[in-house]
Amino acid sequence: MGLKFQKFRGKGRNTMTMIPFLIGIPVVLAVLFPFVRDSKTRGYLVYAGAGIVMTATVVFIVSWISGGAQTWMLYQSTETVDHLMTAGDIFLMCLIVYMSVKYKRVLPVLLSVGQTALLLYTEFTVELPEGPHMTVDWMTILMCIIIAFIGGFICIYTVGYMKGYHEHHKDVKDRQPFFFSMLFLFLGAMFGLVFSQSLIWMYFFWEITSVISFLMIGYTKTEEAVNNSFCALWMNLLGGLGFAAGIAWMAYMNGTVQLLDVLSVGGEVPLLCLALAGLTKSAQLPFSTWLLGAMVAPTPSSALLHSATMVKAGVYLLIRLSPAFEGNLTGIIVSSIGGLTFIMASMMAIAQNDGKKVLAFSTVSNLGLIVGCAGIGVEETVWAAIFLMIFHSVSKSMLFQSVGATENTLGSRDIEDMHGLIIRVPKLAYIMGIGIAGMYLAPFGMLISKWVALKAFVDSGNFILVLFIAYGSATTMFYWTKWLAKLLCFHIPRETVKDVTRKDEYVSMFFHAAVMLLLCLLLPFVAMWIVNPIVRELFGNSTDVLAMSVLETMAIMLVSIFIVPVVMFFISRRSHRELVPIYMNGINEGDNRYFTNSYGEKEHLYLSNWYLRFEFGRRHLRIPSIIAAAAVLVLGFCLVIGGAL
Amino acid sequence: MNVGFVIAYIVLAPFLGALLDGIDRIISARMQRRKGPGLLQPFYDLGKLFSKEMIAVNNVQLLLNMSYLVILVIAGAMLFAGADLLMVLFILSTADMFLIMAASSDSSPYANMGASREMLQMMAYEPLTLLVAVGFYLTTGSFQVADIIQADTSAVLWMPGLLVGFMFTSAIKFRKSPFDLSTSHHAHQEMVKGLTTEMSGTTLAVMTIAEYYETVLLLGIFCLFIVNSTWWSWIAAILACAVIYFLEILWDNACARVKWKTLLYSCWIVTLVAGGINILILMLIK
Amino acid sequence: MNKVSKSPWLLHYDASSCNGCDIEVLDCLTPKYDIERFGIINTGDPFQADILLITGGVNSQTESVVKQIYSQMPEPKVVVAVGICACTGGVFKECYNIRGGIDTVIPVDVYVPGCAARPESIIDGVVKALEILDEKQAEHKKNGGGAHGISK
Repeated sequence: MGLKFQKFRGKGRNTMTMIPFLIGIPVVLAVLFPFVRDSKTRGYLVYAGAGIVMTATVVFIVSWISGGAQTWMLYQSTETVDHLMTAGDIFLMCLIVYMSVKYKRVLPVLLSVGQTALLLYTEFTVELPEGPHMTVDWMTILMCIIIAFIGGFICIYTVGYMKGYHEHHKDVKDRQPFFFSMLFLFLGAMFGLVFSQSLIWMYFFWEITSVISFLMIGYTKTEEAVNNSFCALWMNLLGGLGFAAGIAWMAYMNGTVQLLDVLSVGGEVPLLCLALAGLTKSAQLPFSTWLLGAMVAPTPSSALLHSATMVKAGVYLLIRLSPAFEGNLTGIIVSSIGGLTFIMASMMAIAQNDGKKVLAFSTVSNLGLIVGCAGIGVEETVWAAIFLMIFHSVSKSMLFQSVGATENTLGSRDIEDMHGLIIRVPKLAYIMGIGIAGMYLAPFGMLISKWVALKAFVDSGNFILVLFIAYGSATTMFYWTKWLAKLLCFHIPRETVKDVTRKDEYVSMFFHAAVMLLLCLLLPFVAMWIVNPIVRELFGNSTDVLAMSVLETMAIMLVSIFIVPVVMFFISRRSHRELVPIYMNGINEGDNRYFTNSYGEKEHLYLSNWYLRFEFGRRHLRIPSIIAAAAVLVLGFCLVIGGAL
Repeated sequence: MNVGFVIAYIVLAPFLGALLDGIDRIISARMQRRKGPGLLQPFYDLGKLFSKEMIAVNNVQLLLNMSYLVILVIAGAMLFAGADLLMVLFILSTADMFLIMAASSDSSPYANMGASREMLQMMAYEPLTLLVAVGFYLTTGSFQVADIIQADTSAVLWMPGLLVGFMFTSAIKFRKSPFDLSTSHHAHQEMVKGLTTEMSGTTLAVMTIAEYYETVLLLGIFCLFIVNSTWWSWIAAILACAVIYFLEILWDNACARVKWKTLLYSCWIVTLVAGGINILILMLIK
Repeated sequence: MNKVSKSPWLLHYDASSCNGCDIEVLDCLTPKYDIERFGIINTGDPFQADILLITGGVNSQTESVVKQIYSQMPEPKVVVAVGICACTGGVFKECYNIRGGIDTVIPVDVYVPGCAARPESIIDGVVKALEILDEKQAEHKKNGGGAHGISK
């Protein structure tokens, strides 16, 4: 393998300078923000920064594709940077220890010190051969696009959002410079993470994302925020410990810390250790609590960290590892946990009426499906997983942003309060509607992935996963439909609201909506140009997972589903209609909002969704599902380690 | 041949559906020892609905109802064109989504209640329909309807459990008691007309025609269980459909409406037991 | 074929009174009388009804309800007043809260007297109403009422 990549190293030389640039720009910007106190200048700096990051990414991708779109292995000898990263690891550990001591928490200290010590000990005692530290391939490119564009537009959105947020939450101390620093630092870390080939490098960026997430969840510094941020911290650190253990095992047993070598020679123990890291980061059961708690943070951080990018880091790692999962115990563990998470989280989402909570559960649930696909580890499932990842990033980021904007406008993010949003704030309702439709309706992208996933699960003979997906898609449908129905109620509002959403927020949301629609229309091309090459790279051969004719049928279907309502709109407009009040047993009071109650008084009509709290409530499902998932994990670890020893 | 099927479906399905509805009403009446209406009653009803004055509570309901109809026709046309069965089912649920939107756009208490119940019904039957598609895939090696009907033996031999399960849950789709939670043909109920409370005249007619298309589509899926490469299997399939439809009517008249919890749990349990075990066995032997 | 009298759908409302006529209306649905053989369906929903069948006199509470339900029915439509209370107010006529018969509130097309009205006479009244319904439909069409529908 090494030889094959040697050839391309020459070509990659000009990109050697590009990659530090991509990681560096956001970091430099992050350092600048604390010094920019004026909010207007800061706003322009963010726009410029996001613009530069996106441009740089485009330039980078173009240069890579024009260079032949081959896999590049970069940076053979990097002693200085290695030392810097070691120092960075120690700094992160000190930061965690400091914060934990400040807030009197023990667990994070133990985990952090443990993993850093393990890693340092490994680094200094094992002589590791030189090898490439970074890789550029289609998977990296895809992640770069997601990070730069979704992340970039979220940053633009944040400028307007944070203004509204602080007008709305007077009690929260304004720490915007810090917030923007963290956002950009996070983008830098994500770039680093997806480029890394060396596990030690990846671990470094991995830890940075954990710590940033911790800091951002605690932004408001309320008691709830602090508790939730520590919850996120220890869970992610547990994953980090798994990561460190995986690295140590690889170093001692196989004498290498390359990600690719884990696939080829690693064996199950390091695989499971790294999978644990992936599971915690992508908030799978039993670790999904942290993502739900993370919703206390301002919306951009939810959008950026917890839906569009950071949780994708976990999924990214699992997809990278997926070829090694096929047909072994680790694969079964990962896919079962994914499947279980998919169905349990989608059930729990039914009982939520807080918009962001629903999004959080749906994120966990969708990631569960992706993880389930990755865990099966055959071409078809990985194809579906990548598709799911693309669509999920776009539509979830869009949904988070629109919920955030709605919250600033209405003063609430309760789905019940979004009754008739289509009349009150039509623009936001349309954006939210497109996002929701993208999450589950035929023939949008999520559904085609589900279709492929179902077929692949059947092919791989995984009975339990087939059942999970059958029930899970039914519950998924339920919670999205009732939200969508709430938005589309034609109800004259009691009081009119002023849309306080700022222009930059709309720019970002419209961008996402446009991308969503384009992705659906260009589905065959996305499959051909992006997803198929990734599958080919991971598995070494290419099979068309879906025949082109099917994809074209999908695109035609999609167009017709857009066209049908439009045509119907024009046909139905021709007819003359007498508008009458709705049926309320003949006791409407004037209009559709009030009726006469049994005291003969005017009563306001209030319509509520079904939440089925007693059946699907978190209270009933959370503990059993955590226990089940934890049992699978522990049992799996025992079996794998027992098998290895 | 496929084009023929599609055109026949698009043109004839509403007539067939209306005739079936007429037969249904006569049989129901006889079961209740009544004379009942004439066979052509559904046609008179539709004719009348189209001739009524257009009243509505908002301007989108008709639009959404017509979208429901068209997308349902697309789903049915795909089934009769021999396309992918999973895709047909997915589009069928998308069509249903438009109906739910049409009902909830009223923002009226009864229609909203009907819409919520319809969502619940979808959640109840959805797992089994997916499993039925999986069952066909395991039995015949393809999701394509065109391949399924070319099989050497009838699929029902391999998937009797799924057939029973599908008969159970399709009472929801046929809007039959005990599962007619979201709207129903019977008078004097707690939810007035549920989903369709605010639909009148043309709007209701469009919805009714869509329901006829759906009935034929469902019977088409039932046919898939029986049809194989021999010619006589088609006759057997049609006979089986007649029997199944009769059983649904019988069940409709013999049962009172259940509560939503009973509906959800019974459908899910039947899915798990009849469907799940069937799939498991198929996976083990195929 | 699209004669409305072939498929008259019925909405029954009890405006007040002793519920005697109310029960007799339900009798019509039973196997013995079976009004469905005329294609009549008791819909219970004004949006889908052609015939408004009212029992009992109108009182001050139900006056607005009767008006509203009537306004929610699409043209062509007829009103049948069943029972003497619905026709004139009956024995309750002098009560402080009774407005009188249905015709004090909305136009009535057919009056079915009786206390309580017998199922046979109710069916007879409804069948009479069907003729009026057909006339109204023809008139509605002539006025261009139907031309707005997309069926054309």
